[in-house]
Amino acid sequence: MNGARPAAARRGTVVRTDARIRWAGGALIMMTLGAALFPLLAGADPSRIGDVLATRLVPPFHHDALGTWHLLGTDAFGRDILARLWMAARISLGVGVAGSLLAGAIGVALGAIAAWRGGAVERLILSLGDALLAVPRLVLLLVIAALWGPGLGVVVSVLGLTGWMSIMRLVRSDVLGVRVLPYVEGATALGIPSQRVLWRHVLPNALSSATVAITLGVGNAIVLESGLSFLGLGVQPPTASWGNMIAGGREWLLIAPWIALAPGVLLIVTVVACTLIGDALTRPATRAS
Amino acid sequence: MRRLPLRVFDALVLLWIVTTLTFALIHSAPGDPASLLISPTATAQEIAHQRALLGLDAPLPVQYARWLMALLQGDLGTSLVLSRPVSQVIGEALPVSLLLGVTSLLLSFVGGVLIGGMQALRVGGRTDTIITIATTIAYAAPSFWLSLALVALATTGASRLGVPVWMRLPAFGLQDPAALATGFDAWRDLARHAVLPLLVLSVPGAAGVARYARQALLDAAAAPHVQAARARGLPTLRLEMRHVLRNAWSPLIVLCGLMLPGIIAGSVFVEQIFAWPGLGRAMMSAIAARDYPVVLGLTVAYAMVVIVSNLAADLVVQQLDPRRRAVVENGAATSEVSNTVPQGA
Repeated sequence: MNGARPAAARRGTVVRTDARIRWAGGALIMMTLGAALFPLLAGADPSRIGDVLATRLVPPFHHDALGTWHLLGTDAFGRDILARLWMAARISLGVGVAGSLLAGAIGVALGAIAAWRGGAVERLILSLGDALLAVPRLVLLLVIAALWGPGLGVVVSVLGLTGWMSIMRLVRSDVLGVRVLPYVEGATALGIPSQRVLWRHVLPNALSSATVAITLGVGNAIVLESGLSFLGLGVQPPTASWGNMIAGGREWLLIAPWIALAPGVLLIVTVVACTLIGDALTRPATRAS
Repeated sequence: MRRLPLRVFDALVLLWIVTTLTFALIHSAPGDPASLLISPTATAQEIAHQRALLGLDAPLPVQYARWLMALLQGDLGTSLVLSRPVSQVIGEALPVSLLLGVTSLLLSFVGGVLIGGMQALRVGGRTDTIITIATTIAYAAPSFWLSLALVALATTGASRLGVPVWMRLPAFGLQDPAALATGFDAWRDLARHAVLPLLVLSVPGAAGVARYARQALLDAAAAPHVQAARARGLPTLRLEMRHVLRNAWSPLIVLCGLMLPGIIAGSVFVEQIFAWPGLGRAMMSAIAARDYPVVLGLTVAYAMVVIVSNLAADLVVQQLDPRRRAVVENGAATSEVSNTVPQGA
């Protein structure tokens, strides 16, 4: 069984040996590179609208009337879909990572405080978490994003404010597990202030499950952002995100289905990659046993 | 069951916290619904009059007390835009969403357990690997994208592929626009309209359940008593049914309760895209119109569904598996599964 080895060492081996991690990590690195580099190399601004009549609705693998070849075709304004996809990847990946990290930061802080303080503070934090978990996350996102007005900052904040609950629970139970270990008692006996024991000695050893949950949360956050943008409550055009590209292609679905369908493929690849990494971290392949 | 009243009390407290939070959330948002209802040229006095009519001029605690008292009597208030009771708006939309949600929940669960069970029986084989890849991809497909893909497939796709007209599926709505069908034909018409929306919700749902069921069944099959039974030479089918499935049942039931938020999220998109007049669509139009009472009422309704179904799942698990009683009471069973369940779109 793997259980005998410390979790951190096990995870290190998993990262090096597990095929799922290699494939998923490779895909995510390619995606990040594409998002970072492609718009720089492409030259022209992908949101720029040129000669609409000559370039609009070109199917994938075809030339437009000006002779430019488009791998994934063009949209209703004649913009190259591939170039826009990579511009959108910057926003979608960025919002997903930022939203998940924010949720993680809130969850770690609240979970640590709940476990360390106990009593009324713990009950308050736990029931707040339960209450937020009782409302479907999308409904919460819709209400907040709609009432505060759509925009990048709002999307990242609502992803953080609605995603911290499960991380808080994980950190809380891990902190409760670590605080009874002898070295914590030792630190307290040496006279180290309680706050410092928590942040310096307990918390760093109680983060392993939370790290996995935050990684898993990235995929989730990307899907939620694209869902919000699809409904018009997330990232607003002309800034491209995968969600609002799909929304923009919706009215052309019957004559130019590639506009709406192409962004979904990148979306699925990203989410599959995040899921695989999460799988590999939570359920390591049992070859070693 | 002794603990039942206590559990119900907990659920009610939770529901009260949710309603209070939602109330605070909605009323702290910028924007004034009164100014949306009257002409843009209205004077400040007219706006003030409108606010008084809607009860928006009272201090927030007073508004909250009024709303909570009404809620306790089953009155969710009146829609600002539609001038109808909120309970009526919800009552009309609920059957549509229930039809969509309950059917796809059942399909996802049964389909997922069957697929996961098939994988668990031949774990490590080629079939297992292929299905794992397929479920991982299907589980990642966002419902709004899947909806559009299916609509494209059922319309232009079907006509390019030369599918005969009678076999093609309608891509929008709940019934034929003419609504001439009666009796059996009406049901057939509804079923034809329901195929695509149900597929959108059930395929990712079943994929998620399958991923989970495979692992739950494998864990149950690895238990020492199952290996002992195998060593004793019990027939395979009896072994799987009596010893493996029975032990994998509890986490699967808990999962069923926890899947609900995902199905609800999916149905918001499905109702929007397929033009089904359900709760999700009502929510979207209420949000767009800043119809506070309807948004509040719908959020409370959604929270109630989730809380009640989690409670029901816990109680069923306790009935099925006496060992779980001690565990479920401090909520461990629920949180153990909740991290693996999709909350997405």
